[in-house]
Formats: sequence, C-alpha cells, structure tokens
Amino acid sequence: MTDQPPLLSMEDVSVKFVSREHTVHAVNEVNLTLARGEVLCIIGESGSGKSVTMRAIMRLLPMRRTKITGRISVAGQDILSMSQSKLSDLRGDLVSMIFQEPMTALDPVYSVGHQIAETVRRHEGCSIEAGMARALELLELVKVPSAERRLKAYPHELSGGLRQRAMIAMSLSCRPEILLADEPTTALDATVQIQVLILLRRLQAELGMGVIFVTHDLGVAAEIADRVAVMYGGRIVESGTVSEVLRNPQHPYTQGMLSSTVHGNMRGTDIEAIPGSPPDMRRPPAGCSFAPRCGLAQATCFKTPPADVVIGTARSARCHLLTPAETAIQTGT
Amino acid sequence: MTETAPSIAPVDPTDTRDRGGKAQPMLIARELKKHFPITGGILNRPVGHVRAVDGVSFTVMKGETLGVVGESGCGKSTLARVLMHLIPPDDGELIFDGEGVGARDGIEVRAMRRQMQMVFQDSYSSLNPRLPVEESIAYGQRVHGASAAEAKAASRLMLSKVGLDPEVFGPRYPHELSGGQKQRVNIARALVLEPRVVILDEAVSALDKSVEAQVLNLLRHLKRHFSLTYVFISHDLNVVQYVSDRMLVMYLGEVVEIGPVDDIYHRAKHPYTRALLASRLSMDPEIRVEEPPLTGDPPNPINPPSGCRFRTRCAFAESVCAERSPKLPGLAGSEDHFTACHMYDSASGHSRVGNVPDDLPACDAVAS
Repeated sequence: MTDQPPLLSMEDVSVKFVSREHTVHAVNEVNLTLARGEVLCIIGESGSGKSVTMRAIMRLLPMRRTKITGRISVAGQDILSMSQSKLSDLRGDLVSMIFQEPMTALDPVYSVGHQIAETVRRHEGCSIEAGMARALELLELVKVPSAERRLKAYPHELSGGLRQRAMIAMSLSCRPEILLADEPTTALDATVQIQVLILLRRLQAELGMGVIFVTHDLGVAAEIADRVAVMYGGRIVESGTVSEVLRNPQHPYTQGMLSSTVHGNMRGTDIEAIPGSPPDMRRPPAGCSFAPRCGLAQATCFKTPPADVVIGTARSARCHLLTPAETAIQTGT
Repeated sequence: MTETAPSIAPVDPTDTRDRGGKAQPMLIARELKKHFPITGGILNRPVGHVRAVDGVSFTVMKGETLGVVGESGCGKSTLARVLMHLIPPDDGELIFDGEGVGARDGIEVRAMRRQMQMVFQDSYSSLNPRLPVEESIAYGQRVHGASAAEAKAASRLMLSKVGLDPEVFGPRYPHELSGGQKQRVNIARALVLEPRVVILDEAVSALDKSVEAQVLNLLRHLKRHFSLTYVFISHDLNVVQYVSDRMLVMYLGEVVEIGPVDDIYHRAKHPYTRALLASRLSMDPEIRVEEPPLTGDPPNPINPPSGCRFRTRCAFAESVCAERSPKLPGLAGSEDHFTACHMYDSASGHSRVGNVPDDLPACDAVAS
C-alpha cells in the first residue's frame, strides 16, 4: 500500500471564493493523501471547509467565482488542469460522490432505476436495458428490499434510508476507485444511520475503494475511519489514525471537540464547551485560526500561523505548543 | 468575543402563580390525539389520516426535565405543538397545574401560553428577519400588555442573562448573528415572559457540537435560576440522557416507554428503546457496531401496522402483537417505569411474558 503512489493527493490546496464585496478563504493550504482501500474521515464543524475540500476534488465549485490553487492529483491525473469534458468522464467513473440530502441530489422526475442506468450508459456506453440490469444488481448490492419493485420507484416514494441507499448504488455504478461521501448519514435517524454506516463499511472492504468521508460527528468517524483529519478554519489542524486522534488528541481544538461531546454520565455538571464561535473566513485571523477560542493561546499564536508539526508516524498537528517529537502539549492538559 | 458569561443568581422558589402545590404535576396530558387528514380525489375529501399523535398520555412534574425521544415522523414535534395549542388537539385533555387548558372553569389558552413557552429547532426562521433581535424579544411582553419601555428593558436584561451583551447584540438583525447566538436569542424570547414551562423542540440539534455544549450549559443554568420545567424534545440520545430526569420514547405517534432516565438507559424494556440505545455510536474505534440493531425504516404513519406498531421491525413479534395493541399500564408517576409491550403484560398471552431475554441488543455496551 505504501510503495505505490497515493490514489489521491492534495498539495497546498487553497480555495477562495471571490466576489466584489469580499473574498472568503474557505480552504487554506490543505495537504492530504488517500491510499487505495483506505477510509479517511474529515471531521469539522460547519464552515470549516470540509465540504469545499471535497468539492474541489471533483471541481464541483462554481467556476467563475472560485480560485483553486495548489495541486490535486487523482490516480496520477492532474485535476486542476483538466478540461471540462475530461472532468465529466472522471466524475462518477473514477471518482464519485454521495451527498447529505438524497432528496435534492436525486432527480425527482426520473425513477431511481432510470437514473442509475443513465449513469452506467454515460460511462460504459451500454444500452439503457443493460443499464437497468446493472441497476438491479446494484440495488441488491446495497440491500434494498424488493429491489425489482424499487427500480421503478421515484425518489419521493422511498423512505430516507432507502433513498440514501439508492444514491450509494448510483455512486457505485461505475466501480469508482474513490468515493467521496459528504455527511451521507447526517440526515438519517439513529437506527437507519447505523445500518447505512455498516453497509458503507462492508462495501468499501468488498470493493476496495478509497473513501473520503466528511462528517461533523466524532462517533461516525470512530465507526468508519482508518485515518482522520480534523479541519478548523479551512486548515487541517490534526491528522492521524482514528484511534490515536480520538484517544490521544494533541491539538487544543480536537481536545475541545472531544470534551464538549455530550455523554449521559456528565449529568448535573457543566460540559467543557469551547467558548466563542468559529472564525469568519472573510477575515481569517492572522495567526492560528483557533487562537481566539483557545485556552492555551500565547502571544505568538495570534501573530503567525502554526506550521504542521510531525508528532509521530503519519501523525501531525498545527499548533505552536507542540514540538516535533512524540510529546504532549508542554503547558496545561 | 463579546459574549458575556451568563449572570446567574438564585431566585425565590415560592412562586405566587403556583396553584396546585408541589405534588400537583405541572402538566398532565391524557389521551392526546392529533390526526391530520390527507385529502385527495376530485372532491378533495379526506382519503386517510396521518396519525401523528395517537392517544399520548404522560405527566410532567414541577421542576423536572422530561426528555422526549423518537425518530423522525414519530410525532414528537406535533406533540410539542399540541402541548402549546399551536395545533389544537383533536381529542384528549391537557391539564396545566391542575386546570384544564381551554376547558370550562379551566385556564385559557392565552393565559397558559404566558406560562408555557417554546424554542424551535430552526433558530433563523423562528425570528422575524426584519426586527432587531431585542424587539423580537420584547414583542411577547408587548402582546401581553407591557409598555414599550418596559418591554425593551426586560428584553435587554434577558439578553444579558443568556450571555449576549445587549449593547452589542440587541440592535442586530438575525442574519448578523451566528447559529448559537440566534438560538440564545430564541431562548431569551421564550424566557422574557417568565414562563414556568419551556418546551424545547430540537433546540440544540442544528448547532455544531462545540456550540451545542455552550447552549446546553446555558439551559441548565437558566433552569436553576428561573426554577423552570423543561420538556426537551430531541433525537440525540446522549443529549437527552444528559439533560433529562425522566424520558418518554415515542414510536409512530404512540408512547412505547416512559420512566426515569437511568432506569431506561440501564434497563430498557421495550425492544424499540433497546434498539434505539444500541444504535448510538460508541466514540471508540475499537468497539464498532457489527450488526445493525434494527433493519428497515420506520413505517408510514398513514397506515400504521395493526396491533403493536413496532411489530413489523420487532424480533419478538407474535400473533398477539398483530391482534391487539399494547397499552401503557397507566399514567406514569415520577418513579414509574412503564412500557407498552405485550412481553411485560401478564394478561397478553405473549409467550415471553416474564421471560424477556436480556441479551437483546446490549443496552449498556456503548454507555460510559
């Protein structure tokens, strides 16, 4: 896994949205790699740039207003210099995406089977009948009960869980090597969410895809990820294997996220919440973007943005208080 | 930031509005029903009903927090609106501190609303976009007869109590606030009428985790400060366990289990409650859920299954479950742990009465 080049790599990728009034610095110098058969979870709150990062990989952002800099390569191909027609060959074929809200991501006027068949026909050049046969296989693969009947169903006729399964089926229709999942379980109920997570985990293992899974829920990451990257203010502030990051978080933001997650047994006591609110990315702070909310912030934190400090094998964090070695934060804890 | 820490001071617990005394429940709901008609055909006649709330009975004690949990479509939000009489119930009665709401000799809906307020999930759409937030907060008092100056003063005081500086945030419009700040404004608006009961309908669900924690802390402090009673509706089981004293589990418009929070989290009875608890994510990558505790989605509330509504997804369903619908054994008091399941009713004839396996989806595996 390590000797071949990564399936996906992003180097110093920044995304800015430019308009007449202001520029939003949504993603700043993000570096990440994804190996074949690996599940990477990007964890972050709303506005942290996690969805924008995903859309940058697919170049799904509005063309005129978006400035993407850096390098994104997927299976050796440079995404940022690719023509529109090559991009649309790539989307849904080599890289495909599932979205949070299946009701708005699916087309309401075509049956689910037809939409899947259309994707297959577009990429494999087969007939719509052959596409329908493939759609049936796919619906069975994602465990849709009575798949044959559901093939003819329209999105509004399906429940939330089935709709999300149909969307997963569509994203898998051309055997992608990379699956991008943007909060696919957030809109689902707890009992359905766990079904979909288990399904995605099983499909990922069977098909050997690389998956980037965006979520704001640490519990979801614990359930599905191999590696996690924590985003804050458009930067990856901490990354490492899921058990290291969740059990031994090094960045004050990750620590704050974990301590502010509600457990039932904390009843009657205050939750250690992170004070304040996330930065406005129209005017990103000069130094560390977390400094205004950080209890450990020092004068340097407000002046210069911290570099990515390697703190272990495949483990790094952006914090001035960390030293490049396997040591904990020098002050506090 | 300019948000100040909430200023909390003790308040006089003897409330002159208290009528029934300490033992009188704040709210008693008996057999509340709300069915929404579905119209169709050329004459637009009702062709069916969504049984959103179907015979729900429970009590809310004074000073407690009752958590209400359930999946989407189970009727928990309709229940909240029926309690506020934002949607009048089709049937059943609601007793507020010993007085029937809207009944003859009872308390008027308007007077009840003065004492019972609600916070909604969507913090933006529940504020008027064309009013500065301090005026949105003052509006309630104006409606109930206060002068403009009084209402504004009360509104500014309340803003400071929810941790927002009234000088900075009072004149702002809703779109100039973050999600957490807007939800604080909504809480201030609910509290400015000095209610005794606050219904929180998914009040923290749309917030980011770090902000959710701030708002939950605030709610806990305000509850003590104003001696409030909460009805806390949420789909997040961890949050409900954190805030509630007692909880109520709904499935397709019916109460399936009610009882003290610790009893339910450690010794859940109803198979649905157990499955719901087992669906919680563990936060520990070493302990992953391997088998989903339930398959399928909740059925359509338009034509719910006969008998027990959960039987289509239940591993223990027998013929009796399809024939008769299980009932709660009575109106649950503050210590009672009741469930509507044939397996716990010796008269039902279910083969597992008195012998319910404990090795159902492990209830406590993910706790801690």
